[in-house]
Formats: sequence, structure tokens, C-alpha cells
Amino acid sequence: MNAEGIKDSYDLVVLGAGPGGYVAAIRAAQLGLDVACVESESREGGLGGVCLNWGCIPAKALLESASLARRIKDEAADFGVRVRGYELDIAAAVSRSRQISDRLTKGIKYLFDKNGVMPIFGRGRLAGGIQVEVDLKAGGKAVISAKNIIIATGSRPKTFPGFEFDRERVISSREALELTKLPERIVIVGAGSTGMEFADVFNAFGAKVTVVEMLPHILPNEDEEIAGVVSRSFKKRGVTVKKDTAVETLEKLKTQLNVTVQGPSGAETLECDLLLMAVGRKPNVEDIGLESAGVELDDHGWIRVDKYNRTTADGIYAVGDVAGPPMLAHKGSHEGFVAAEHIAGIATHPVARDNIPSCTYCHPEVASVGRTERQAREDGHDVKVGKFPLSANGRALTAGAPDGMIKIVADAKYGEVLGVHMVGHNVTELIAEAGLGRALETTIEELASTVHAHPTLAESVMEAALAALGRPIHI
Amino acid sequence: MATRIVMSKLSPTMEEGRILQWLKKEGDPVESGEVVLEVETDKANMEVEAMGSGVLKRILVPEDATVPTGTLLGVVAAEDEDISAILAEAEAVATGISVGRADAKPGTVPPSGAIPGVAAAPHPATPLEPAAVPPPHDGGRIKASPLARRMAEERGIALRLVRGTGPAGRIIKRDIEAAATTGTPAFGEVGTELGPEPPYERVELSQLRKAIARNLVQSLGPVPHFFLTAEIDMGRVLELRAELNKSLQDTGLKIGVNEILLKTAAQALLEHPDMNVAFAGDHIRRFTRVDIGIAVAIDDGLITPVLRDVAAKGLRQISVESRELIARAREKKLAPEEYQGATFTISNLGMYDIDEFTAVINPPAATILAVGATQEKPVVVNGTIEIRSRMRVTLSCDHRAVDGAMGAEFLATLKRMLENPLRLVL
Repeated sequence: MNAEGIKDSYDLVVLGAGPGGYVAAIRAAQLGLDVACVESESREGGLGGVCLNWGCIPAKALLESASLARRIKDEAADFGVRVRGYELDIAAAVSRSRQISDRLTKGIKYLFDKNGVMPIFGRGRLAGGIQVEVDLKAGGKAVISAKNIIIATGSRPKTFPGFEFDRERVISSREALELTKLPERIVIVGAGSTGMEFADVFNAFGAKVTVVEMLPHILPNEDEEIAGVVSRSFKKRGVTVKKDTAVETLEKLKTQLNVTVQGPSGAETLECDLLLMAVGRKPNVEDIGLESAGVELDDHGWIRVDKYNRTTADGIYAVGDVAGPPMLAHKGSHEGFVAAEHIAGIATHPVARDNIPSCTYCHPEVASVGRTERQAREDGHDVKVGKFPLSANGRALTAGAPDGMIKIVADAKYGEVLGVHMVGHNVTELIAEAGLGRALETTIEELASTVHAHPTLAESVMEAALAALGRPIHI
Repeated sequence: MATRIVMSKLSPTMEEGRILQWLKKEGDPVESGEVVLEVETDKANMEVEAMGSGVLKRILVPEDATVPTGTLLGVVAAEDEDISAILAEAEAVATGISVGRADAKPGTVPPSGAIPGVAAAPHPATPLEPAAVPPPHDGGRIKASPLARRMAEERGIALRLVRGTGPAGRIIKRDIEAAATTGTPAFGEVGTELGPEPPYERVELSQLRKAIARNLVQSLGPVPHFFLTAEIDMGRVLELRAELNKSLQDTGLKIGVNEILLKTAAQALLEHPDMNVAFAGDHIRRFTRVDIGIAVAIDDGLITPVLRDVAAKGLRQISVESRELIARAREKKLAPEEYQGATFTISNLGMYDIDEFTAVINPPAATILAVGATQEKPVVVNGTIEIRSRMRVTLSCDHRAVDGAMGAEFLATLKRMLENPLRLVL
């Protein structure tokens, strides 16, 4: 044991304390293993990884601010609440988001203490065999041997050549979460969930936002019909979305940035003050000693893992973003469960990769699980589709949110629920029913015959199932 | 703190294990690290140690029972500790435990009709009771997903005969699909009508037998075999062996034909690296070391201990190490890493006076050499008939990785080396 209380050996060493790593560490400790978790972020608040510090949580905090701003501006008077003289303050919104992050990361420290997980702050890497070497933040080096290792080093934003981050005017989501001042004109490259969420925030706080997407529709992973609803809503609010458009060059002038793009109507130059690159993430696999331990990457550069998240090296597992897409916190956490339980030798079930929900928190919100209508048809299913518009749902109308729909894609033969797609107010909270239903292999019959409380948004799920069966009541 | 004793995955291929013997009774004190029971896996008998100290609070799986890996077998805890939470968890998971001895069961199964215990099972092709009224499953309710129920109903599959692979043994879509394609409703269950058939005795599969069946089906199914046979003059090998053993008389060491074969095969593989390979789906692995598996017959099957880096070893070392490996293989005391990962295999049935035979490739390797008995027989040498010691060998090759000419060239090299064996002692 050294001065920091770090022992020479543990049953399990986890590299990275993001949602994959910290969950794996806690689960393994619950199962009686002696666990250490290495985190490279300097401050104690580094616990929780990108999700808590630079991703999901602070972004959602800003989106709540954006939503409130929009409701005050566009809807409050209709609701009978007249607001005069309100001001938008992005710095205050950011400060609130940081407080929430801090509170949650402290929560992880508490959970580590409670479960007896040893946090080690420093840069860890594999050191051959089942060994980890850590350059401690406090100074010095620790070499720790372990019976098992879980790599959970996560990912970071990537960009295009010629569009390298300068962290001031050409930024990634990380810097976007700490903006204390909003420039007038912002271009966002990439209309995936990150791009659309920031477009929502920047638009609500008064910036002129242009989103550039290479593919023919926004939110390319979502059902096209669903994405269409979001697209129309953004257009109404004055966000310019350029689809089928590729960015070509970036010119940095003293006063502004010129971004040349090539789209269906030819080349044009977009002038802006801030450029947010939201074009995906890449795995953190550099300088963590993968070669020394015999951990192989796959053809796309992610760590190659099997269904229990074992890497190619004996005793070494990888979970979360570093082990490949979808890069979602909840996917990483569940892989953390599976790896920890597999290491502890208890019965565990691999993550059901076809049943991982995906949520985008822009307004209207988007949530989905399973196959899109197009994918289901391409898979060769005889498809039955049931749709229900939120404009026919009482609760949605009372919330002043009639835009949106629930869409269920089912196999015609047995009514198997192949995919559920949602857009609208709070639908990210509704997708869990679909995920549970699919996990239990419910059919549209059970979704339709389960009594749903009235009035709730969730009734729309039942109605969409009824629609798929050809007997909807409220449309 | 209570600790669990679990059927751990003791080898990469292990999916279930049988409890051979509990070495402790409920209530016996147990130290962390102490051996508490013995388990039969697909390859070997292993000892399971306690992960914590206390008393053996509860034995959950009896001797002779076969359970999947991950199953909770017992709990070690302080004498007065409440372990009800752990037991409840185990209960939720405990399904599909089959109790049976691995040897022949006395009693004859009649030709058709009443098979004890399953006689009441409905014929899978006949319509079933409505899915809303689940049929009994070991007396309890059947856990099955709505989708699985609908599929089973339509396809006329009896849920009670299907083994569920979902959480806690729940029957899910894939189980119905599996039952529909295999035609057998459940793993190892007699549920389908077999038709008129001579009387038979049911012999339960040992873990090892199951592993052999699984591996070899994997082999002859997807692995396209071809075979090359050659006859080799062993006269000089036998002379060499006699001389070596005379010179080693005072050491107690003996060199056998097997060890000379191991050494020769390793040398020949060095000359033909394209034969030291495995077909791996989208690529071929050309191994940079020669690790030779030696097929060893044991009580209820066979096992293939692997002698590593044979090319780098001399005959003396090969002899000592291979004899030690074979002895431990017969006692079922090999660790998984000692019988896995051969790059080439030799199976010798010479001692059974077999003239020649073909061997089935043990995946993932691409080759196996089947060795027959060395026999004296008349051979034409330079126009006259002589009595010579001859041995027939047959090389089985995985055609996805190895072609006929490559195999033939390798075999020619092996033959040349065995017929001029003096270089081997270098």
C-alpha cells in the first residue's frame, strides 16, 4: 500500500469512471470484489465521465433553460401568464448546469465510498499482462496488479481535416457547454442528436443558427417520418437546416468565420461567429497500453469485444464508447453490469443490442427503440404500422404540445413489436414502456390491452398499438 | 459478509458442470480459499474454493446435479447471518437443473408409447390448450413471453417441453425458433414420438462426451476434410530408438516412437509453415510456433494435451514433458490451457494394431495426423523382396486452409525425415 492508500493489487481495476466504468466498479464491489477505479480527470468531479460532466447532464440542463425561455416567449401569454421584462442569461444557465453536474459527480464519490470502491486519480494505462500503471495526479506512479481489468476510457469529439478545434471559435460540444456569451451567428455541422440539441439551445437564447447535414435528413438514425416532424418544428422557429450539404473549407477571419458548403443548390459561403462541430466521436484508445496487453481493435478502431465485453486479452474487458457504438451512456452502463457480473462468475445476460433506446432532447423530443419502418421492411418483415398523433391526445393539448406522434412498427404475423418511434413533448420518458415491452417480447395485443391511465401522454402508445391492430378509438 | 459459491466457467468451452462431491456439509466451518466441492467440467474434474470464510450455510445444488455456469451452488456466511436475500435471488434463477448420473441407467425403455415421466406430454403436432391457460411445467407456471406463446401456439409446440434461455429460464422467441428447427422440443428431453424402435438403454452423456459431440459435429459439418495416406519405412527410426535407449540406459530415460514422431512432425512443419495454420473465418492464422496436440484415450472419451513449441525442444525434453502431460491427462488433471490451442495434432492408434485410419480434425486446427501400427511386411526394394517395418499415416486436412499438393509435400517431407532420422538428434 502506498501513501495514497492504493494497494498493490485488486480483484478488478476499472480504467475510467464514466457511466460504463463507475457502474461496473460499483456492481463488482457489490459482488464482493476488491475494486479500484482510475480516473484521469484532474478534479474529483471527474467521476461520472463525459456523461455527467461534459455530455448528457449539463446539456439537458441547458435544454430545460431553452424550453423555459421558449415557453415564456411563445406560450406563456396563451396560458394566461403574461411575463414582462424577462431576460435571457446564458451564463446563468451554464452556471446552473455546472451545479447539477457537480452535485451528481459528488454522488458518485458517495456511492464509491458506500460500496468500498477505491477511486484513483491519475492517468492509467495497461502495463502488460493484467497490470495497470497510473501516473498519479498527486505525483508519482503506482503499479497495480489485478485479476481483471475493465477498460472504460470513453470517447471524445472528432472533427474533419481543415476544421480542427481551436476551442474558441471552432468548438466541440465540450466547449459549447461552457459558453458564457452567445455570439450572433452560429453554424452547427452535423444534425445528429448533439447538433440538434445545441441548435435548440442556441436558437432559444437568440442566436441565428444554421445546421449543416451531409445526409438527406436530420437525425439520420431516426425514422424519417419522425425526423420530418422535428425538421418542420425547427424551421418554424427560424433555424436554418441545410440537408444533403457537405462542408468544404473553413476560412478564419479576424471578424468572422467563413464556412464554404456544397449542397443541392451548389456552393455557398456561410458567415458565422462560432462553428460547432458535432460530427461524431472517436474512442480514447491512444496511450493506454492496449498493444502491451494484447487488446486488439476492430476495423473501425473500437476495442474488439465479445457479447460479454471480453477483449482479445485474457482477463481484460472493455465497456462503453471505447467498445463501439451506439455511444450512449446507458449502453455503457449495461455493458458495465455484464462485464462485472461475468467477472464475478454469476449468471448474466449480454446487453440486448437490438433493444437500446435512443433519445434526443431537443424540442420536440425524439425517442426510439428497435427498427425503423424502413429497416424492418429491409429485414424482410411483413410490416404493420400504427401511428397516433399527439394532437389527438388530451394531455398533450393541455401541455400546449400538439406536435408529435407515436409510431409502432410491428411484424404482421405475430404482432411482434419491431420498433417504436416517438416525437413530441416528454416522449423521452415514454420510450421505457416500449423498451420493457420489447424486452418481455410483448406483442401489440398486450400494448393495446394494457390499461393506460387517463389522461396521460402514455395513452398514445396504447392508441398506436390499437391503430396497428386496425382498431384505434381516438383517430 | 456472505459469499457465494458459484459454478464458474472453468474453461472457455464450459457451459455447464456436474457436482461430483461436496467436501463440506451444511454448517461446517469454511476458510477462504478452502476447497469445498469438486466439479466435473467438459474436460476435467476441478476443485472449487470458498471465496470467503464462515460456515457453509447452505448447499443449493446436490451431488450429481448438472447446472449451467453461473448457477449459485452454495453460500458461505457467518453462522447467524441472514442469507434470505441471496436465496431468494437463487430461487428466481433456479430452473433447468437436471439430476442424473453420467453412466448408464438401468431399466429399459419400451419400444414406443409410455416413456416414464414424459408419457403425458402431448404430441407437438397436435393443437394445444389455449395459451391463456398455461400447461404445468414441473408443476409450476411456465414462464414464457407473449410472443413465444403466440408462436408456440401457432406452430403447435408444447411450451412445457421447451427449455427457456431467457432471464430466469423464461421461454422467449429464440427458444421457439430453435425448437421448431431442431424438431426436438428441448435439449436432451424425449418429447417427440420416436416411432417403432428396438428397445434401448438410455446412457446419459457425461460432460466430456457432450463436449466431444459438440466439437466434432462442429468439425465434420462445416470443415471440409480431405485425406492423404502414405506408408513410411520405420526401419531406421527403430534402429535409432534402440541406439538412443541403449545410450540412455543409465539415465532411466526412454525415447519412444511417439516422441520421434512429435519431433519429426515439428521439423516438417517448420519446413512447411503453411501447414501450421487454422482457418479463422475471414483469415487464416499461420502459427509461428509449433504446438502439437497428442490425442490420449481416457476412461470415457479422449483429450488432447498440447506440447508447446515442440520444434525448439530436443528429444529428451519432448520425452519427459509429453509423458508427464499424458499421465496427467489420464488422471483428468489438465488445466484448460494444457489441452487447448494445438496447431497440429497426432493421433496414434498403433498400439491397437490398427493398420490405418482417418482422424477427425479438432477445430480450430487445420490438420491432424492419424498414425497406424508399424508392421513387418514384404516390400520390393531395388527389385528384391525384403521384410521391412512399415507404418501407414493418414493426414486429415481442412480444405479451406490447406490444399492437396501442400499436404502431399508436407507428408513427403515427413516421410523423408522419418526414413533418414539421424538429423533429428541434432
